[in-house]
Amino acid sequence: MDIIQIVGLGLVATVLTLIVKEQKPMFAFMIAMITGIIIFLFLIGKIAEVIQILERMAVRANLNMIYLETILKMIGIAYIAEFGAQIVRDAGQGAIASKIELAGKVLILVMAVPIITVIIETVISLFPS
Amino acid sequence: MPFDVNAIFQIAGIGIIVAMIHTVLKQAGKGEWAEWITLLGIIIVLYMVASYVSELFQEIKRVFLFK
Repeated sequence: MDIIQIVGLGLVATVLTLIVKEQKPMFAFMIAMITGIIIFLFLIGKIAEVIQILERMAVRANLNMIYLETILKMIGIAYIAEFGAQIVRDAGQGAIASKIELAGKVLILVMAVPIITVIIETVISLFPS
Repeated sequence: MPFDVNAIFQIAGIGIIVAMIHTVLKQAGKGEWAEWITLLGIIIVLYMVASYVSELFQEIKRVFLFK
């Protein structure tokens, strides 16, 4: 019944935001931000369990751990960039939010380059020279 | 898994109280004091939010980045 708690938290936070927004918009923004943080802190324990299971399967499959680590880092970057961009966009700075998203995409691309290189080298080595 | 919901109510309370004090001081003709009170409230709330953001980043590092 975790979802009921989260939905209730979201509703209460929304009502509080609407109350405070009339007088001080700054505090409403802070409430929205801290609600997002609390919901994610709530979820991260469960995400950690799933990641541990994935890791155990990867070990059993004799997978190179570098690949799994890279993918996890990409997920982390994607989440954190999305979080920051949404909060900044909520505050009305769409341009900065777009830049944060761009930075997230570029950093993910940079991390993906070694894996892409390995794939291309494998494909090339398959061709008879 | 219990989580700390009190921070939301604390921030909402601080916001309402600051708005109230702001109105009262402005009615009493002390507009400058009212601005300082607002600034103080924003600093306190910003400190709370900053500690939460730090906690969030530590957790993300723990789970995703540095296994």
